[in-house]
Amino acid sequence: IMSLFGEVPQATPVAVFKVTNDFKEDPNPKKVNLGVGAYRTDEGQPWVLPVVKKVEKIIVADDSLNHEYLPILGLPEFRSSASKIALGEDSPAIQENRVGAVQCLGGTGALKIGAEFLRRWYNGNNNTRTPVYVSAPTWENHNAVFVNAGFEDVRPYKYWDAEKRGLDLSGFLGDLESAPKHSIFVLHACAHNPTGTDPTHVEWMQVAEVMKRRKLFVFFDSAYQGFASGCLDKDAWAVRYFITQGFEMFCAQSFSKNFGLYNERVGNLTIVARDPDNLKRVLSQMEKIVRVTWSNPPSQGARLVAVTLNNPELFSEWKDNVKTMADRVLSMRASLRAKLEALETPGTWDHITQQIGMFSFTGLNPNQVEYLIKEKSIYLMASGRINMCGLTTKNIDYVAESIHESVVNVQ
Amino acid sequence: MIIRKSGFLEKNTPIKYRISSIGVHSDTNKFSWWAGVQMGPPDPILGVTEAFKRDTNPKKMNLGVGAYRDDQGKPFVLDCVRKAEALISSKQLDKEYLAIGGLGDFTKSCAQLALGADSEVLKSGRNITVQTISGTGSLRIGANFLSRFHSASRDVYLPTPSWGNHTPIFRDAGMQLKAYRYYDPSTCGFDFKGTLDDISKMPERSVILLHACAHNPTGVDPKPEQWKEIADLVKKRDLLVFFDMAYQGFASGDIDRDAWAVRHFIEQGHNIVLSQSFAKNMGLYGERVGGLTLVCKDAEEAKRVESQLKILIRPIYSNPPMNGARIAATILNTTELYNIWLEEVHCMANRIIKMREQLAANLKSEGSTHNWEHVTDQIGMFCFTGLKPDQVERLTKEFSVYMTKDGRISMAGVTSGNVGYLAHGIHAVTK
Repeated sequence: IMSLFGEVPQATPVAVFKVTNDFKEDPNPKKVNLGVGAYRTDEGQPWVLPVVKKVEKIIVADDSLNHEYLPILGLPEFRSSASKIALGEDSPAIQENRVGAVQCLGGTGALKIGAEFLRRWYNGNNNTRTPVYVSAPTWENHNAVFVNAGFEDVRPYKYWDAEKRGLDLSGFLGDLESAPKHSIFVLHACAHNPTGTDPTHVEWMQVAEVMKRRKLFVFFDSAYQGFASGCLDKDAWAVRYFITQGFEMFCAQSFSKNFGLYNERVGNLTIVARDPDNLKRVLSQMEKIVRVTWSNPPSQGARLVAVTLNNPELFSEWKDNVKTMADRVLSMRASLRAKLEALETPGTWDHITQQIGMFSFTGLNPNQVEYLIKEKSIYLMASGRINMCGLTTKNIDYVAESIHESVVNVQ
Repeated sequence: MIIRKSGFLEKNTPIKYRISSIGVHSDTNKFSWWAGVQMGPPDPILGVTEAFKRDTNPKKMNLGVGAYRDDQGKPFVLDCVRKAEALISSKQLDKEYLAIGGLGDFTKSCAQLALGADSEVLKSGRNITVQTISGTGSLRIGANFLSRFHSASRDVYLPTPSWGNHTPIFRDAGMQLKAYRYYDPSTCGFDFKGTLDDISKMPERSVILLHACAHNPTGVDPKPEQWKEIADLVKKRDLLVFFDMAYQGFASGDIDRDAWAVRHFIEQGHNIVLSQSFAKNMGLYGERVGGLTLVCKDAEEAKRVESQLKILIRPIYSNPPMNGARIAATILNTTELYNIWLEEVHCMANRIIKMREQLAANLKSEGSTHNWEHVTDQIGMFCFTGLKPDQVERLTKEFSVYMTKDGRISMAGVTSGNVGYLAHGIHAVTK
């Protein structure tokens, strides 16, 4: 009998998960995984935040809690406290009742729901031809999220200057100037993935000025708040600045990294509208989209975050945990740079400490990357992106020496 | 004008930017991107609960959404769930991302539960089962897959009536919705002839959606002999079968009995698509535990299909939530907990059966002359009362009994304490 699925082709695996897969299968005892973006301790182990363990115990012991459905838009106390994290406790926009949120499945889910909404309701109805701009380079799933939501025109905006290993500001501003009006721009709130290169405050102001003048839509992706500098407020500067400039915007928040809740899928789509009436209508349409996607979101992770954020002691403990992670990353950056410079590895390596967040765009080319993987069992992305969290005091010498070798031996 | 500060600025920020960082928001600027966004209507099912919450009548009853309640009308957390949670808590597991397809321990046991441990499909590895965001998420990914790869047809046939969310899910995924006769309002029972008649006219390769057991909203299920005939005819028409099984265990109280239709179709050679939910039978509603299974020709095809499912899932939510799947897997894979679970499902199903009997009895003693046999004939969580929309409206307005407009009530919301009041209200609006 002819199979209905006889014609289904084998799809290529998602790159970042393949890297981890290959790492797992490698028998080399010296192997290092610098691929997927998840925090690791100095022992190279996943880290369940102490505050999370504490709150989990509270939840398991609480007999008054159950597993009932959450509302379609999610746990109310999660949504509001999560938005406050991004916008600030005293945000005027919140006080003006024009901020709402949709609890989503991770940052991906928040981007998805936001994208689905924009496709239906932004720039006319169902205008699938509205250009969506994502940075060059960007998180590899951004493209797919917007394409799958129905957008036909997803384009790159200049961002990374490979030669100078920094932000291509004039290219970025140039693309903003030449983008069709009403184009959607996906901006990384902080700790740009994969480059680790963020605009300075002045640069953000310039970006905002052009976006306001040319009526471009602001869609922030905030997956690393707290993780970049160690300070929540500092990392939210860009998002909050744009609000002072009067933008209506979306901000997709992830709590995967800063709460270490990766597999509980905790995300929040924060919506900043012109006024409460607009917000109400927007949220009602968000419900429709959620209902045909997952009906209502998972409760465990949201509960954990809500309990933590709404309790002053736990909130304080969480901020400490976040700082612990950010500090370790910073020390690995300093260490790697120092070692490469001590080895006199050709090239300049200050970008390692200038870049911010979990990732570093090393500047290694595909051949050098292949060398590291094949000859050294050091796993990283073909783009040269490494996850700093994969570095430990125990493996950093091996990694530094290997990078040195690859740069010297491989063109 | 309203002046706001944007927070601290970096050192050496030039003056002109320090000034512009003090945001100026003019009240006269009323432009909004969303001016054209219409107010969406409340969800027909979940909106019922929201209306119920607003009602201050102490006698109010929520018979809207299908969530099980105990005889005190309280949400019920299964004992096997609590035990599983304690076990999991003691293991101090990490929170690393699951694979896109979900927790392996869960997907294996999920498939086993539906197909039976001795299923040839499982032995040959020709199924692909992925963890999904409960039943909705499963249907959605399945619909997306069909939309992308089932080029032979855009048509999905739903029984009339069906779960309210089926239509928008398939439509949003790009499929065309069609209908087949199913429920006979004159008997409040199964329109077997109508079903067969309509199936015989379906174009080949169309998708037919079947409720595996405890049909939602009617509670009317085909008998095994009828399922056999349906399976035969569906094969003759060369239709793609999509089973929605959200109530395994809940219909009869017996896991295997409730999965009989699914297993029969597979034995007859249908390579089905199957959605499973653990919201009701494990009470894991808010944890969003579900599975999507595609039965393929062979293991090689299953691998190709799996790779494409991952491509569909990744841009929606990347990978599924751990907590509920871990609980479900622990229950399914731990003999002691599994046995407790079977008992608890049996109890839940029995309580509902009892409530059906009491409702029918109470309606009789209220003096109703209508035929209420369907209340006890129907199976599962829901009862299709036969009430018309205006009667439903009266029942809600005058008695604060909340239900969906189609006359569907969730028997799970009925208790020995309120069944009399419910019968009284139903009688009042139907006499």
